[in-house]
Amino acid sequence: MSKVAEQIPTEEMEHPVAPYLRMDRIPHIWCPTCGIGTVVRCYADALEHSKIDLDKVAIVSGIGCTGRVAGYMRLDAFHTTHGRAIPFATGLKLGRPELLVTVFSGDGDLVGIGGNHFIHAARRNLDILVILVNNFIYGMTGGQNAPTTPTTARTSTMPFGNFERPFNLPHLAESCGATYVARWTSLHIRRLTKSFREAISRKGFRFVEVIAPCATLYARLNKLGTGFNLMRFYHDNAVIDHGADTRDLDISFQDRIICGKFVDKERPTYSEMMHEHYRNALGDKFVPLPEEGGMIRDTGEKPDSKGKKPAKSQKRKASASKSSRK
Amino acid sequence: MKTDPSGVLTGQHYLDGDHACGEGAMAAGCRFVAGYPITPSTEVVERISRRFPMMGGTFIQMEDEMASMAAIIGASWTGTKSMTVTSGPGFSLMMENIGLAAMMETPCVIVNVQRGGPSTGLPTNVGQADMMQARWGSHGDYEIIALSPQSPQEAFDVMIDAFNLSEIYRVPVMVMTDECVGHMTEKVVIPKAEDIEIVPRKLTDKPPGEFWPYVADRNMIPEFARAGDGYRFHSTGLTHNERGYPVMSAECQQECVTRLVDKIRLNAEDIVRFEEEDIDGADVVLVTYGITARVARRGIDIARNKGVKVGVIRLIVVWPFPERHIRELAPKIKAFVVPEINYGQIVLEVERCAAGQTLTVLVPHMGGTVHDPEDIANAILEAAK
Repeated sequence: MSKVAEQIPTEEMEHPVAPYLRMDRIPHIWCPTCGIGTVVRCYADALEHSKIDLDKVAIVSGIGCTGRVAGYMRLDAFHTTHGRAIPFATGLKLGRPELLVTVFSGDGDLVGIGGNHFIHAARRNLDILVILVNNFIYGMTGGQNAPTTPTTARTSTMPFGNFERPFNLPHLAESCGATYVARWTSLHIRRLTKSFREAISRKGFRFVEVIAPCATLYARLNKLGTGFNLMRFYHDNAVIDHGADTRDLDISFQDRIICGKFVDKERPTYSEMMHEHYRNALGDKFVPLPEEGGMIRDTGEKPDSKGKKPAKSQKRKASASKSSRK
Repeated sequence: MKTDPSGVLTGQHYLDGDHACGEGAMAAGCRFVAGYPITPSTEVVERISRRFPMMGGTFIQMEDEMASMAAIIGASWTGTKSMTVTSGPGFSLMMENIGLAAMMETPCVIVNVQRGGPSTGLPTNVGQADMMQARWGSHGDYEIIALSPQSPQEAFDVMIDAFNLSEIYRVPVMVMTDECVGHMTEKVVIPKAEDIEIVPRKLTDKPPGEFWPYVADRNMIPEFARAGDGYRFHSTGLTHNERGYPVMSAECQQECVTRLVDKIRLNAEDIVRFEEEDIDGADVVLVTYGITARVARRGIDIARNKGVKVGVIRLIVVWPFPERHIRELAPKIKAFVVPEINYGQIVLEVERCAAGQTLTVLVPHMGGTVHDPEDIANAILEAAK
């Protein structure tokens, strides 16, 4: 770092997304020209412009490069096991229905090892936002073939080129029941942010795929230059086609990438279906799990857990009831 | 604190162990269950799915056991007491996220209605061969707590203990029941709600900004913050520091893993629980647990009628193991006899703790049915010679 930079009074120069990040964990681990940081920035902007209570936003990631996102966001954040971000988020959302739960993870995590959870959460129309950063490759482990790797692209485990057919993720999401489906690249900052804002305001299983460059592995193994070259490629080859038939959204190697919003519809969420069904079946006997969570509270005056003072416990109850007033 | 009465079906019932287990969970305040059907455990969630909508509980049938286990961890982070239920093959699938629950220090309960294994094994018949898997089935070093009931009544009772222990120590707690107890129907007495003591989640009193999720207290247990209470904390399955931030160093690994293990090992004397019978002056002591403790009664009677002084230690908490107790008893007796429906699991612990001071005899049974009491009696008579 230069001396000039050190002299700048940093407290006056806070980055606009700093309040959304764990600045005590910066610098992050992502490579130069990686696209993930851009997607994080767009998500933070979308949160800011959505004017929602950040105390009620939780983020869940799996494993991999994008799996590190939860670790950098200043939200209630969970960095879980490989592929299991969606079922973890399922428990989080159903355990405390008032939360806005975002799953932020990569292609290998969400539709490779976690593919079964992805399709079932979409089928149930679980009320979560799923942001999938697709870099066409397993980055963290060194460039192995992914379920999204375009046919003929080289990866470290397909050294002669990939002969498998990749997923068309918007089609997969829509056919399983997602209510909001969009795809952008990390070049489309403004449109991506708008898409995140829209998705945050919707209900149900919302899915945004973001194509992002992996310069260190995907670009290097395929001799595509740097992240900058990939961004230029997106600029020249991304086609915006809102409402396109998701069956036509396959991505071929170094071919055009169709972007846009493809699905935006209403369908009752898992919780709405459950509540309506139980109300019909059980009438007044149905008691839904409270919006602020199913924690059973101490109504007695004397808490019994070790070392807990009654005065403090009452303070806790007071703050809890404040949050539930909302 | 006293439990929420809405989950307590007070009265005398005629229930099988699986249903009693479900009732125990609801009485303990469990309000989130995720599960996947598997014999012989399914009746637990069938019971719960019928009763939950009337008490503010949510049951979800997930797509597999990996998802079930992940979902209960997520739900537990909202402060909601959470549980999943399975049997052998599903237990294997849960192992990865059991490790996550241990690493994130998430209170939760896993019920394993054991059947014969390995692999698909004997889906509808009894086994006790998952005892070692319960302890260390996930990779890495960690400790859990496991209980084993011998009857439907005890299946109810240990569920309350399981939830309470999971809250006190912030660990996944396993209830290692078996097909026989699960499908055995007996009288079960469910007490009044005001007679059921439950441990609430130990929420932090600190304001947001001063709270870090893995700062441990004197008992090595951190305070808890729920997702959605404004703490904006971070929790990870990676090796982490007190802030819950990943730190990839040997020093942090040392600190993190040592505490995860020691919070159980060093508190083991407070956790272990067993019943003793006729230990003083015994020649042979039977160490037993679960359904085998019931079957062994007949074997003990036969041996006693032939003049052998037989004592019994019946483990209710199996993990952590009552090491000190076995070690101190060993030099005073001729032998430990350990019948179990496997080819030798808990017997290894008995043998280790006996440390060569006395004979340790396994009475194995590969499962499918319980022991023939004669086999247990013969082992006792042989050991008493």
